[in-house]
Amino acid sequence: MSNEAYIPGQHEVVTTHEIHHDEHHVHHHHETFITKYVFSQDHKMICKQFLITGIIWAILGASMSVLFRLQLGYPDSTFPFLEDILGKWAKGGKIQPEFYYALVTMHGTVLVFFVLTGGLSGTFANFLIPLQLGARDMASPFLNMLSYWFFFMASVTMISSLFISTGPASGGWTSYPPLSALGQASQGSNAGMDFWIVSMALFVVSSLLGGLNYISTILNLRTKGMSMTRMPLTIWALFFTAILGVLSFPVLLSGLILLLFDRHMGTSFYLSDIFIASSQTALANEGGSPILYQHLFWFLGHPEVYIIILPAMGLVSEVMSVNARKPIFGYMAMVGSLFAITILAFLVWAHHMFVTGLNPFLGSVFVLLTLLIAVPSAIKVFNWLTTLWRGNIRFTPAMLFAIGFVSMFISGGLTGIWLGNSALDIHLHDTYFVVAHFHIVMGVSAFFGMFAGIYHWYPKMYGRYLNNTMAYIHFWITLIGAYLIFWPMHYEGLAGMPRRYLDYSNWASFNQFGGLNRFITIVAMIVFAIQLLFVFNFFYSIFKGRRVVTQNPWGATTLEWTTPIRPGHGNWVGEIPEVHRWPYDYAKDGREYIPQTEPIGANEKIH
Amino acid sequence: MGTIFLIAILIFGFLIVFQIAKANEYVSVLKGEKKAFEQNNRINGFMMIVFLVLGLVGVYWCNELFRGKILGEAASDHGEKIDDMLYITLAITGVVFVATQILLFWFSFRYQYSEKRKPFYYPHNNKLEVIWTVIPAIFLTVLVGFGLYYWFKITGAPPKDALEVEITGRQFSWIGRYPGKDHIYGKKNFRNIDDDNNNNRLGLIWEDKASQDDIVVSGSDIYLIKGKPVHITINSRDVIHDVGLAHFRMKMDAVPGTPTTMWFTPKYTSAEMKEMTGNPDFEYEISCDQMCGTSHFSMKGVIHVVTNSEFILWMAKQQSNYAQMNANKQGAQPAAPAKDSTQKATAASATIKSTSN
Repeated sequence: MSNEAYIPGQHEVVTTHEIHHDEHHVHHHHETFITKYVFSQDHKMICKQFLITGIIWAILGASMSVLFRLQLGYPDSTFPFLEDILGKWAKGGKIQPEFYYALVTMHGTVLVFFVLTGGLSGTFANFLIPLQLGARDMASPFLNMLSYWFFFMASVTMISSLFISTGPASGGWTSYPPLSALGQASQGSNAGMDFWIVSMALFVVSSLLGGLNYISTILNLRTKGMSMTRMPLTIWALFFTAILGVLSFPVLLSGLILLLFDRHMGTSFYLSDIFIASSQTALANEGGSPILYQHLFWFLGHPEVYIIILPAMGLVSEVMSVNARKPIFGYMAMVGSLFAITILAFLVWAHHMFVTGLNPFLGSVFVLLTLLIAVPSAIKVFNWLTTLWRGNIRFTPAMLFAIGFVSMFISGGLTGIWLGNSALDIHLHDTYFVVAHFHIVMGVSAFFGMFAGIYHWYPKMYGRYLNNTMAYIHFWITLIGAYLIFWPMHYEGLAGMPRRYLDYSNWASFNQFGGLNRFITIVAMIVFAIQLLFVFNFFYSIFKGRRVVTQNPWGATTLEWTTPIRPGHGNWVGEIPEVHRWPYDYAKDGREYIPQTEPIGANEKIH
Repeated sequence: MGTIFLIAILIFGFLIVFQIAKANEYVSVLKGEKKAFEQNNRINGFMMIVFLVLGLVGVYWCNELFRGKILGEAASDHGEKIDDMLYITLAITGVVFVATQILLFWFSFRYQYSEKRKPFYYPHNNKLEVIWTVIPAIFLTVLVGFGLYYWFKITGAPPKDALEVEITGRQFSWIGRYPGKDHIYGKKNFRNIDDDNNNNRLGLIWEDKASQDDIVVSGSDIYLIKGKPVHITINSRDVIHDVGLAHFRMKMDAVPGTPTTMWFTPKYTSAEMKEMTGNPDFEYEISCDQMCGTSHFSMKGVIHVVTNSEFILWMAKQQSNYAQMNANKQGAQPAAPAKDSTQKATAASATIKSTSN
């Protein structure tokens, strides 16, 4: 890869594909449909594959939530059409308990792993790392392709599990044994659980292939002048995300392998003292501890939430700076806080286990470490606020979602301070307060970050714009709807209302929320419909959207906007541009923005 | 029919939105992109402030609406501590929430695009950054301090004279056990479990003398004494359950193979709570708070908090599991000896004769 100095006349950069240099890396070797769209090794195509697979997953995962919200909102009603769609799982138009739990489990698994990990990191790491660093592709395009296809196989496996006669896994997305280990204890813990484990194993492989590739690309393939501290925050965020994934996913895999052993090979890693009431038999297993699984699971499970939120933070930082037309405030503090979050992410997992009988002293250590994470998070929020302060804000759809992200992140982050404090967690653990907390802070926030990214980089991906009006409707209804859905859940949680119940009417302590549950269900359906509007906008605009005619439509400084409007494989025609400055020179010296490729002027001060 | 109608409305709505969206795009081309952009920007800027105001009003309104439906008074001493902690946390995070949300949407509105405005080149300010590293750190230290103070009080050792009760989860009900006159739980082994006629639901080992006076009750018949600390040992027969006691603000997992514990002091009898809450159906419900299978949502137990004298009366009527079983099967032989699988039964005595009440 050539890194020779190249001084671009930034405004006159060639935008057509016509000019070919005879470099070995320049694209347009013969491509068939298969190599271009299916087994593509072009990071931009792989990005689109991840994104579209993620969108399909998101629709599936969200429609599952609509189904179980229907049950929660109308526990006494029957919906005959459900039987038409779901067959025996909704006998008489009523979702069966087994299937309710299967839906909840699949909803969690799909959204956490397949949408917000695969779909989010997969999309933006693939797209932005080479483009923003000035690389022609990933360090290993082949492994990158494999990463997608492992993800695809994981997806196929997970979807197939929906069609098993005993149903898909239904022990919650955390799949705690012994419930997940014993087919006698739960229908979904039969073949469905095996599919779940195999699918997750494939997913881990995909994630590792992707992650190692991202890390090596970031470390090795930066263009000339692109020192680490000149990287956009998106790249920093994706870098730390990849590190988190590489270090924690293997632990999950080990936990799942032990689970598989317990299920099929008679081992007792997680099993002890179990008596199955339905068959009146005591199992042979002795000496295992189900808590061991929880440690292994949450050693991934907690970093996992940062794997989800860090890329969103990166995307938001970038989008916010570009559209506030001023530099991100405190670049080094932003990098530092990402780093701090990454380190702390590995040291807080047991806060999910305060009420498992964990030694109270150990619990207290985890309280301290958990609440420490609030410090870097607070730094980030204040820095975003200062970035907006005295800016000149353009409310592009991406910017709206970035602002929405910060609002959601504040709301959900603050309730994390409640739950991280073990004394409060005793009361709030596994109630709707937790549901509200994590849906806001990693569900909705991460989606907002992802939407910000999609709206912002869509012109680069497809050479067309998304429709603005639909985008505005999408944003406002989603923002308002998300708050209407999740805000009241805090109150249910404060009343101690447990999660994962499908009917509260028999509980004197929790049946006062029937009306509220109905309200939440209605809003959830509206918000879901609006997401379909986005999906429509997405696919429609690929073919019919307004064409991008300028090379740098947002007036951004970063390298991806120096490529042709529709870059081919290899990204830059001719030499890769050289970088001379950090990526946030907006509003400097009276200029609207100064591209990274522009040399530092003679009298110019570095930030 | 209704479904088709709904879908039709949905599709129709989509079509309308789509047409409007397309028309808007053409209009913006006609008007000139700059003008369309400025117009959209103003609308969105205005929406920011509308959202902020309506949002804050909404939060207040939501609070008023649910005030009576949540919490209520904590029914245990530990519950009081947890509520105190909750209010301290609410005060701190509440202020931060309101302040940061106001700043966020106000800045968005205030600094929206204007042709005249020059954005301020302000890449960093170390002093500011140190300030907002240190201040959150101080407040978090306060929260950690309070939190751990309460945490250690709640998880600390129970008083010596606490009433001993064991609660065991199974799919999908609870089983209670009192250690009986000797105040010692008998040993048990899961291989001895025999659900027929409730002969031996916990798998007690009858060779152990301490087992023979143990009283085993259904999960909806667990009695506690008002004002007397109770030390609950928690167990599971199959998968992980969780003893959730919303009114006492307590919670602890039931883990197969690993006994867990909690203790607290009930403050009000069930009858008093019925009065205080104005709800004649009030019960101290045990909810299973850990996903445990198909009927997880209906895995309910009931705790009855009564006065000391009522408790003595109730206890006097209880028969030990051993006696019940013998009555059931007339000269049953003792079960085969088996290895003890429980942790050492606690020796701390639960005394029903205690006069401390």
